[in-house]
Amino acid sequence: MQAAPMLPEILLAIAGMVLLMVGVFVGDKSAKPLTYVVAAALFAALALGWTTPHGDAFGGLFVADKLAYFAKALIVIGAAATVLMAAGRATPSDGSGPMRFEQPVLMLFASVGMMLMVSANDLMSLYVGLELQSLALYVLAAIRRDSLRATEAGLKYFVLGALSSGMLLYGAGMIYGFTGATNFDRIAASVTAMGTPSLGLVVGIVFLMAGLAFKVSAAPFHMWTPDVYEGADTPITAFFAAAPKAAALALFARVMTDPLGDAASAWGQIVAMIAGLSVIVGAFGALAQRNIKRLMAYSSIGHVGFALIGLAAASENGVRSLLIYSAIYLFMNLAAFAFILAMRRDEHAVETIDDLAGASQTHPYMALALAAVLFSMAGIPPLAGFFAKLYVLSAAVDSGLYVLAVVGVLASVISCFYYLRLIKLMYFDAPRDAMDSPMPRDLGLVLGVATAIILVFILIPSPIVATATAAAQELFQR
Amino acid sequence: MAGLEDLLKEYLPVLIFFGIAGGLAVVAVGASYIVARQKPDPEKVSAYECGFEAFTDSRGKFDVRFYLVAILFIIFDLEVAFLFPWAVALGDIGMLGFWSMMAFLGILTVGFIYEWKKGALEWE
Repeated sequence: MQAAPMLPEILLAIAGMVLLMVGVFVGDKSAKPLTYVVAAALFAALALGWTTPHGDAFGGLFVADKLAYFAKALIVIGAAATVLMAAGRATPSDGSGPMRFEQPVLMLFASVGMMLMVSANDLMSLYVGLELQSLALYVLAAIRRDSLRATEAGLKYFVLGALSSGMLLYGAGMIYGFTGATNFDRIAASVTAMGTPSLGLVVGIVFLMAGLAFKVSAAPFHMWTPDVYEGADTPITAFFAAAPKAAALALFARVMTDPLGDAASAWGQIVAMIAGLSVIVGAFGALAQRNIKRLMAYSSIGHVGFALIGLAAASENGVRSLLIYSAIYLFMNLAAFAFILAMRRDEHAVETIDDLAGASQTHPYMALALAAVLFSMAGIPPLAGFFAKLYVLSAAVDSGLYVLAVVGVLASVISCFYYLRLIKLMYFDAPRDAMDSPMPRDLGLVLGVATAIILVFILIPSPIVATATAAAQELFQR
Repeated sequence: MAGLEDLLKEYLPVLIFFGIAGGLAVVAVGASYIVARQKPDPEKVSAYECGFEAFTDSRGKFDVRFYLVAILFIIFDLEVAFLFPWAVALGDIGMLGFWSMMAFLGILTVGFIYEWKKGALEWE
């Protein structure tokens, strides 16, 4: 029994409880200092993770490997950036009241849950990590409880999330019943010994995948996404869009390839279907959206679909492309939400796409950065988003998934329309009432750094590509 | 595969039972629609309450604080349910088991202080 590989999570959990106590004794005025402590704690945990030994902990319940650390780096970057961006929006003048001190603390607990679930090596610890994340997110979605839309978003997310957790648990139960183990290594051994997966195991896998697909918001389990993105407070939406997506995608990849790798014949076509549906829903759903948060929600469904095309390839290359995609998507998302958070007029947040009209004249640098991000999301070379799609599609073609690759490309062409429409609004339409300027410094920093990463990826791809390659390699050697 | 079919065959009586139960319900409700004469009027379809007019809506509201108390009760009730098997097995699980429960109780105490300071335990 050793606990050392889990030290970062233990540190974060203790930090979360201490900060909760500080917050409850000091009150909401501690909210802003707490956000800085939370961000510092997240980075401290990541640094600690680099120095602690890799390996199993708690008798194989928990594993710290390269995949886990790749995902944890994304989680920490996404969570810390959105926690800090939320701190800037805590001023009462924006009409949403002061930020509650629970907000950064809950974001920290959600991050602990995500880090636990990407390190899960057992169906039990997977579920515990997933629930720790989900419960914190349910509360976060409705943290502005005086707002009708936020409470609706929170309730919807909670009810559907509980349903998906139930399906996931049922699937886990079936898998346990037909393989006799909850530990991933022993499930893998049992599945290998089984040869063709038994009917019961397939049912279990299907239910498990339904639960996971809900958590990554892949079609046909995507219905909650637009409403929750729109209803929740924008800083919360940014948090939802950044860290949990990366974590759930890494978890999806691990569960499918590590314990169930030899059952790929059973889940490959389901992942392919989910991926295909997601890119189509993402492309067509976003066409009619005027609210930029809803638009980003549909866009995220499409991007998750693309990442899952990599998983559908069911190969080392495929998992590598999924990891690269989720990393690049994280930075595109952070940049986009930094911009959305800066969209304010007379101190009030605005969120329709028409508010972007003429932004190139009133806010030239912001508009330029957003244009780069949108071109990247659309997949225009030489931006990072193009390479993300290239890796995924080449992995799919290598595995013979030609139809899926064609569907992905077509959906990508359709989705170009709404990304380009935003750019057209910014550059070719007459400006309306100007949005507030200048952009707050913290948002400008996030937008600038994330855009820079997207721009220089073509020159320096190795930090993302090499680590993703190593992570996928190690996953397939286990 | 064969094992699963055998397993499912054991549940066949349950399936038949569901079929009969559903069928009976459909027959009972359906027959009363088809056979009985139906002449609804406002008096007939209104709610019957011992011959009185209904006083209030049947979906009464009650205070959200009851829910809060119930939820807080559940948390500490479960804690006690968790403590019993731990206490019985303490001899076998050693120091690791002891400290695991101490960590659990520590986390619960943090939660308890939080809800106390938040005023969730006060009725007014």
